Amino acid sequence: MNALFAVLFYLATLLFVVGLLQRIRTYAVTPAPLKIPTTPAPTTSGGVVLRMAREVVFFESLFKANLWIWSMGWLFHASMALVLVRHLRYFTEPVWGWVVFLQPFGIYAGIAMLFGLCGLWARRLFVERIRYISTPSDHLMLLLLIGIAVSGLLMQFAAHTDVVAVKSFFLGWMQFSIQPLPADTLLVLHLAAVAALLAIFPFSKLLHAPGVFFSPSRNQTDNPREKRHLSAWAAKLESEK
Amino acid sequence: MADITAPAYRIIPIIPVLKPGAMEGKGPFVASDKINEAIGFPGQLVDDWHDRAIAKMAELLSKYRSLKVYMDACVHCGACSDKCHYFIGTQDPKNMPVARQDLMRSVYRRYFTLPGKLFPKLVGARDLTREVLDEWYNYFNQCSECRRCSVFCPYGIDTAEVTMAAREILDSVGYGQKYSNEIIGKVHKIGNNLGLPAPALLDTLEGLEEDVKEDTGIDVRFPIDVKGAEVLLITPSADFFAEPHIDSLIGYAKVFHASGTSWTLSSMASEAGNFGMFIGNYDQLRKIALRIREAALELGVKRIVVGECGHAWRVAYSFWNTLSGVGEGADETDRFAMMLQKQLDHRYRQPTHICEFTWDLIERNALTFDKSANDKHIITFHDSCNVARGSRMGDLPGGQFEIPRNIIRAVANNFVEMAPNTTREQTFCCGGGGGLLTDDLLDLRVKGALPRMEVLQNAVDEHGVNFMATICAICKAQFTKVMPIYGFDRKMVGGVHQLVSNAIQLSAK
Ligand code: HEM
Ligand code: HEM
Ligand code: SF4
Ligand code: SF4
Repeated sequence: MNALFAVLFYLATLLFVVGLLQRIRTYAVTPAPLKIPTTPAPTTSGGVVLRMAREVVFFESLFKANLWIWSMGWLFHASMALVLVRHLRYFTEPVWGWVVFLQPFGIYAGIAMLFGLCGLWARRLFVERIRYISTPSDHLMLLLLIGIAVSGLLMQFAAHTDVVAVKSFFLGWMQFSIQPLPADTLLVLHLAAVAALLAIFPFSKLLHAPGVFFSPSRNQTDNPREKRHLSAWAAKLESEK
Repeated sequence: MADITAPAYRIIPIIPVLKPGAMEGKGPFVASDKINEAIGFPGQLVDDWHDRAIAKMAELLSKYRSLKVYMDACVHCGACSDKCHYFIGTQDPKNMPVARQDLMRSVYRRYFTLPGKLFPKLVGARDLTREVLDEWYNYFNQCSECRRCSVFCPYGIDTAEVTMAAREILDSVGYGQKYSNEIIGKVHKIGNNLGLPAPALLDTLEGLEEDVKEDTGIDVRFPIDVKGAEVLLITPSADFFAEPHIDSLIGYAKVFHASGTSWTLSSMASEAGNFGMFIGNYDQLRKIALRIREAALELGVKRIVVGECGHAWRVAYSFWNTLSGVGEGADETDRFAMMLQKQLDHRYRQPTHICEFTWDLIERNALTFDKSANDKHIITFHDSCNVARGSRMGDLPGGQFEIPRNIIRAVANNFVEMAPNTTREQTFCCGGGGGLLTDDLLDLRVKGALPRMEVLQNAVDEHGVNFMATICAICKAQFTKVMPIYGFDRKMVGGVHQLVSNAIQLSAK
């Protein structure tokens, strides 16, 4: 059981890291031959950094598009970020100061995250257009995250697990030494779901997280007249004649 | 065609219910062998279309980061789903931007991703069957590549890029669209999209000189192929004879006259439009753009100015520097671009939009107007999608919205805006862009115009608007055709330089 989980997490982490790096590499080396920022766009690279930050931190475009998706989606992501920060306590000893500082704010983040996820799922189930575009995997992805959140919350508020043991398991795991893991059903469910999430990340729509940084319509500067932009394969067309 | 009627206005602009299959089989005419072969595509659907299409898709995925990222990143959030004018007008769910992308994404997942290879049903992956290919042809020819969806997507996913890739794949297997491919053939053979040969063009320009003389008593010239002129004007060929386009051409000529600018047209490059963009084919896009480079080099001009045309301005502003070197900032070692960039006068923006040109003169008080000449008009402005979301004017982001409006305010007294969520970067397409301005798609064009017609109607009811100015040849042609179907006068549409032409004061120079 202990060894099984340790190995499961090694495999899932490996898939996650290698898969994601490989994907990011593909995005990075694929050329963008034409200037296609959605205008009005920033004319300087500093401006692009700001535009990108607004997209990633506030979901600016989504805000303009639809308040329901924006509020539920932003709530989900922001609280998930807090939850993940809180989780750093299982992997660091001593726990970093800023993580300790954020702990109290994170206590209710799990509930907010669940609420956001349910709002998003409700939309998928009940709004005709969104139901039309949903594939089974879209529903399952939300269910998986809801499963993680519910099992986590139950551990926090109902059936506590031995978090000290969990911590020593993962501290040991990081040094390739296998420590005992509490055999609580909720914990097993929580961890199995997390392993699944890690493993599918590089093969699914979760690629939106790295993808957003590589989207030419958002990350290009609007300066085509001022500077000649030429990709390698397009330049070859010129040397041919 | 007589049975084409306008859809009813929505009382409150709610999102329509889905009508699956509403626009099935309503795609445009397929190109003939002759049309396809003339521009280097297979004449008809080739036998091994399946393998060739997948190979082409792999090639495009490796050449365009946009396509690659957009295929992966969509989370099916649905933010874009109600943003397309064709969806609003037709209610066909496959005209929702995300569903349109999914026509290709489903195939991408099947052939290029692990989950799609293992569990196609789970992730909505599909084999590329003949039915799927037909669906591509149908719905990727019902997208005007207007980029409205991309404004609202949290990752900026631009359905236009997906549509371009799909059309490129379809062309590569011999399944091209008649209208666009025929026009590209004409531009290469004759020099412009309308197939207007040089002698006819010369006649037209002479006729214009006489008309303006009669009207104003002043000798305004329409020069062509003049070596050593300062400005080369590249304008959509519709400006030479279509109504209301021609009135804007007269406007440009008057501005050049009044400012004493020496200028010329080119018979070799008598077309600003570039349908290579619409079909997503880089070679065509580039070849068509190179005609302008050649004309500029041959005539030895110092500046290149572009007339009122939406997609042409996107190509000129965003792509010309890349494609043909019209612009600045090339490397010293870049001989191809430097050859032209050394000739151009970099005190000016290269290329310059005619609105930038006119507005610069207005700011320097170099033009005089009698604004009352436009008093019969209560004017509103329709932002054209390619100008709004694919280009800029002036030095500041958003100049493409301000400069045309500034010109209108400088030459006329009555200007009002339409509803803010339908102007500027959120503008609705006229319904005829992206290579869809053909009569075999009239039903789609009428339905796609619905959102714009609704807000125009409001502006008419509230402010008595009787003139909608716009700076795009396609918008002008589309609106003159569909507005009567909605009960408007076709003369309500016109160019910004048509208003300039009405008000400008000329002296005999
Ligand atoms: C750079 C980081 C990220 C950004 C900017 C980002 C942004 C977004 C946005 C804008 C949406 C659409 C709105 C919504 O439905 O919530 C979305 C959806 C989603 N995101 Fe993220 N995200 C990021 C990271 C992540 C991560 C790490 C996960 C996974 C654990 C994730 C899981 C999801 C899921 C499952 C959806 C779909 C929700 C639905 O089905 O409606 N995101 N994301
Ligand atoms: C290996 C990684 C993980 C471990 C070891 C882990 C472990 C735990 C434990 C022990 C708890 C109970 C906390 C308590 O009793 O106070 C918990 C709660 C929770 N977990 Fe995880 N978890 C992991 C990853 C994740 C991930 C990736 C997510 C989200 C996508 C997540 C979401 C939650 C939530 C929402 C809660 C409840 C609220 C909270 O305590 O912050 N967990 N987790
Ligand atoms: S680019 Fe325009 S026409 Fe095409 S899907 Fe998007 S909104 Fe619709
Ligand atoms: S807004 Fe973007 S991510 Fe959302 S469904 Fe549309 S294309 Fe996909």
